[in-house]
Amino acid sequence: MTAVAVVLMRDLFAVVMLTGIYSLLSASFFVVFDAVDVAFTEAAVGAGISTLLMLSTLTLTGRYAKESTQKPWLALAIVTVTGALLIYGTLDMPTIGSASAPIHQHVAPRYLNDSMQEIAVPNVVTSVLASYRGYDTLGESFVIFTAGIGVLALLMVLQRRRASDVDAHGPMHQHLILRIVAKILIPLILLFALYVQFHGDYGPGGGFQAGVIFAAAIILYSMLFGLSAARQTISQPLIFALSAVGVLLYGGVGVACMLLGGNYLDYDALAEDPVAGQHLGILLVELGVGITVASVMIIIFFTFNGRSLSERGRRR
Amino acid sequence: MIAHLPILQVVIPLLAAPLCMVVRIPRLAWTIALLASSGAFAISLLLLQTVLETGTVSYLLGGWPSPWGIEYRIDQLNAYVLLLVTSLGTIVLFSAPTSLGQELPADRHPLFCTAYLLCLAGLLGVTATGDVFNLFVFLELSSLSSYTLIALGSDRRALTAAYRYLIMGTIGATFILIGIGLMYMTTGTLNMYDLAQRLPEMSQPRTLLTAFAFFVTGVCLKLALFPLHQWLPNAYAHAPSVVTAFLAATATKVAIYVLVRFVYSIFGTEFSFSTMPLQTIFLIAALLGIFICSVSAIYQSNVKHIFAYSSVAQIGYMILAFSFGTATGLIAMLLHLFNHALMKGALFLAVGAVIYRVGSSQLQDFSGMGRHMPWTMAAIVAAGLSLIGVPLSVGFVSKWYLVVAALEQDMWPIAVLVLLGSLLAIAYVWRLVEVAYYQQADNAHVDVQEAPISLLIPIWTLVAANVYFGIDTRLTVGVSEMATRALFGAGP
Repeated sequence: MTAVAVVLMRDLFAVVMLTGIYSLLSASFFVVFDAVDVAFTEAAVGAGISTLLMLSTLTLTGRYAKESTQKPWLALAIVTVTGALLIYGTLDMPTIGSASAPIHQHVAPRYLNDSMQEIAVPNVVTSVLASYRGYDTLGESFVIFTAGIGVLALLMVLQRRRASDVDAHGPMHQHLILRIVAKILIPLILLFALYVQFHGDYGPGGGFQAGVIFAAAIILYSMLFGLSAARQTISQPLIFALSAVGVLLYGGVGVACMLLGGNYLDYDALAEDPVAGQHLGILLVELGVGITVASVMIIIFFTFNGRSLSERGRRR
Repeated sequence: MIAHLPILQVVIPLLAAPLCMVVRIPRLAWTIALLASSGAFAISLLLLQTVLETGTVSYLLGGWPSPWGIEYRIDQLNAYVLLLVTSLGTIVLFSAPTSLGQELPADRHPLFCTAYLLCLAGLLGVTATGDVFNLFVFLELSSLSSYTLIALGSDRRALTAAYRYLIMGTIGATFILIGIGLMYMTTGTLNMYDLAQRLPEMSQPRTLLTAFAFFVTGVCLKLALFPLHQWLPNAYAHAPSVVTAFLAATATKVAIYVLVRFVYSIFGTEFSFSTMPLQTIFLIAALLGIFICSVSAIYQSNVKHIFAYSSVAQIGYMILAFSFGTATGLIAMLLHLFNHALMKGALFLAVGAVIYRVGSSQLQDFSGMGRHMPWTMAAIVAAGLSLIGVPLSVGFVSKWYLVVAALEQDMWPIAVLVLLGSLLAIAYVWRLVEVAYYQQADNAHVDVQEAPISLLIPIWTLVAANVYFGIDTRLTVGVSEMATRALFGAGP
């Protein structure tokens, strides 16, 4: 229902809110399927930060979509056929939770049974993500890095000290309660992010979620106290460098493994004891992911908002 | 270090990308990028040599055994495509600083280098991997960076073109992901080799059919098969010239590689061609693509549009050869894959050189350039002749194999149609030649000089390759034949 409403609405603000709800609903869906890590990511990324980013896009564009006179019947037909095909294909899907389904028979048993000896990290999702299929995760963090590069390359406002007085007090300087509550909350959010970051080995969490939560704290700060205040705390060159440092850390761990005689990303080579090596490797790559994700999210938010400030400045 | 070649192939450009962003000095960033991509080129040569000598090379990432961890698996087919991507990527990058100088402010050059390397690494990752989900991840990497690269075009229309490509590309990627998801659901594995062994045993033909349909449609979107090509002409026309040359030479080729890999190595020819009506669909789409896009190319007024439509038509030839489903057909396709990359790389770089001097890619602005920029225009003519398929050029070699493959199947009408298609290519290349050599330059362009040497060297390297591989076909034909034999041998 939410998805249908999203398609039909013309008020983009409401659409953004509904997509947030949609993500939250799918996150609960994932919880039902026992995929807590995925649910956590979906809640943090889908419901949290992407809603924020879409809102900051709305400040650049308008709030209402233009009436379109086109009736895209062909597209509707294609979508219907595709949907029907998808349902047709999944009709003989094994029932949810069936132990005899191929995915539980072939590769997964080793992850579940042996990962405690091989990696000794209680959260199997983390072992699969960061070690068994660690190279995919390296790819994913590079995808996020690429997104940051894309936004920067297209929207970067030339680094001139432009009218910082546009928001000298921040856009919300009259909302005293919000500011005080936020001041109390932000350290807690940052602390929580660090907890999620380093607790990923034991429970749901890890670099992706932690990075997003960390970024959310910074974004909250800059929404309430103004972009220039936030930029004074976190300078732009630093955050650019950090986004690169994160992925370099991840890739560098791989190279280090190689230099120490293992294969690429073979953490066993990192220490005398393979299990200790795995722990160290996972810790480092998760840290790399966290740094890149957090800094890319902040870059995207800063660039979008820097853009909208400069547009406003031009209009005046 | 030899054992680590497969991963170094991808990781060197991948890790050099963030470095380019950190240094922030345009010249230095470009040097890093060029070093990384030449390094990748050298590695691909070594890899090809290793594969030809010792057979398939497998590399286990993270040291985990194969269906549990991710595996890189290089055989003749990948090694051939890796060589193609790295060589073209390096040659095109060589001309980047000059050509970009007028199209992009200097402070964005490091970001350009970063995106370029990410795209290169993504394409290499897609080609080298033996794991279907890893393939998707690197496909996303290459797509995302190519949207960025296209959007960097100096023209504001580049943004619309990139946005359109983004939407189409994302739909394609989602379809591919659905296909991969369904395959995982039926088999419980993501490793290609493992999939190929487990898929035939599975008793869920419906899921398999759906997976196949989604996957092939997604890949066809990526490789711009007619009628799913609408994103391509504008994306190529409005992107910076180096980006057009790079993407035209590599991106669609890698998508075609993915198609070959899945159809031959994973699903198997029997399933793909007998159970699914792939042959007929591809035959019709390819022929329509060849004729409609060649005719569209004749009527374009922008030179980049002419060659972009021509690219879609040439992809039609490759898919036509593919649709025969025979060994000769596959050889013809692999040859054209390589040869077309050489032609289009040379053509788009040469067009970029004209844009560098004249500032526009409108056909009218090319008038008189035969006299003002003799070397550049000669390169366009030479690569154009190759595109038509004149003997002593690579185009002739691939057309020859294509016609032989058609005749082998007793499909002589198709052989005739291929030759008719070449006539259309003569028409659109001739339009450019006529304007450039038989018309006087506009008053605004009378003092246009020859392109700088830094642009001419890469262009003429590619033109020389066009002629060289047209005469000495040992490398291209040899490797294509070996790859084909391996694919047909491995199939069920």
